[in-house]
Amino acid sequence: MKVLIPSALRSYTEHGEAEGSGATLGAVLADLDRRYAGIRFRMIDEQDRIRRHIRIFVNGEQVRDLSQPLRATDEVTIVQALSGG
Amino acid sequence: MARKISKPADRTRGPTTRARRARRVLVAVATRKGAWLYHGDAARKTWRADGPHFLGHVISHLVLDPRDGRTLLAAAKTGHLGPTVFRSTDLGRTWKEAARPPAFAKAADGKEGRSVDHTFWLTPGHAGEAGVWYAGTSPQGLFRSGDGGVTWQPFSPINDDPQYRKWMGTVQDGTPDGPKLHSIIVDPRDAAHLYFAMSGGGVHESVDGGRTWAPILKGLEVVEGFDRAEATFHDPHCVRLCPSNPDRLYQQNHCGIYRLDRPSDTWVRIGKTMPRQVGDIGFPMVVHPRDADTAWVFPMDGTAVWPRTSPQGRPAAYATRNGGKTWQRLDAGLPASQAWWTVKRQAMTADAADPVGLYLGTTSGELWMSRDEGRRWACMARHLPEIYAVEAAELRSR
Repeated sequence: MKVLIPSALRSYTEHGEAEGSGATLGAVLADLDRRYAGIRFRMIDEQDRIRRHIRIFVNGEQVRDLSQPLRATDEVTIVQALSGG
Repeated sequence: MARKISKPADRTRGPTTRARRARRVLVAVATRKGAWLYHGDAARKTWRADGPHFLGHVISHLVLDPRDGRTLLAAAKTGHLGPTVFRSTDLGRTWKEAARPPAFAKAADGKEGRSVDHTFWLTPGHAGEAGVWYAGTSPQGLFRSGDGGVTWQPFSPINDDPQYRKWMGTVQDGTPDGPKLHSIIVDPRDAAHLYFAMSGGGVHESVDGGRTWAPILKGLEVVEGFDRAEATFHDPHCVRLCPSNPDRLYQQNHCGIYRLDRPSDTWVRIGKTMPRQVGDIGFPMVVHPRDADTAWVFPMDGTAVWPRTSPQGRPAAYATRNGGKTWQRLDAGLPASQAWWTVKRQAMTADAADPVGLYLGTTSGELWMSRDEGRRWACMARHLPEIYAVEAAELRSR
């Protein structure tokens, strides 16, 4: 499925859009990490929590649970919080 | 601390050629918005800036491996992304991310696990243990790599030990940007003899390669009203071991400057002899590479609400040449007034040249150095982001 990548993570993917596959959000992120080593840990901590400044949307709806089921036609959007200085 | 880079002897050249070959200093600067490398000439008078590396990343520490003279490790994160470690094996020309950065063990179901916010401190392992590195994190965690920083594992039982977890306290007990494990020290005589410090949580020692640890707190003061027997209340800012006498350690603490001469386990407060109007509060502690009686500090204002700026807006290093009996103010070349910056605990260091060069980075993004052990200071660079760490290493000309 299509995964939209924020600019802060494009050093891994080189593009704003990547392909990932899996039956759950967690599986898709694991697949992304196989393709782009290290990208998952920048978004998800070692306790499998989505990091504080990362938001993930599926078809426009925010998802907080990595076990969320996904379909191949879903679109995943990863967003970094618009904060900082 | 300066790290002398030794390389295999070059048997193709005669002694005259070797003697002419100058050693050059590399200064590695880690900032809130990236990293820079400054390559000095043989006289340490002109510097070539190489950077920024990782522009926009928070770089807490950037350290050269003294065992090979070319591997650099950078502890990195951004404001939005999780922490990682970058690694270069060609003095910063190219970088590759660690395959497994420092991370706590996954908690059992139903238990609240910790996550690394950032790797704060990097220490190369013993000279005889190529590829070994140690890392300290925020919140407090101790990690080890056996493959030059490619993969990291939790090291020793302390990360999950109930007593150590109690001493580590909570995020509210630590420094404003998170409690930290720092000052990881490897005894140059014995790879199994280790120290580390925690802010907060005190200073700790292992003599069995990290399997067991014990606090070393005797003689250290804590904030008035707290129990000095409780490790939680101890806030060592920076601990250094003297390379010329590994039985001597110096410490800049939240509550003064101290010296420890092993096998004693009692710290002696040597900062009481500092001028009263300056005090003995600060972050960094620097030791001389060849003289264990000489050390430097950079005091900050620790009065009232703790401004943590240069006292009276007049920054100065202070040196002792006699193990802390007396101190000498060293401010020639530094701003004489209205300079309100701070030097953080990793942001002051020494090289191994003779005379020793000193280097410090300020919270206002200035890099200063002295070629004569602090007698005269000169600004190397201005307008950098807030400087978190400065390391100096001596390189042989290639």
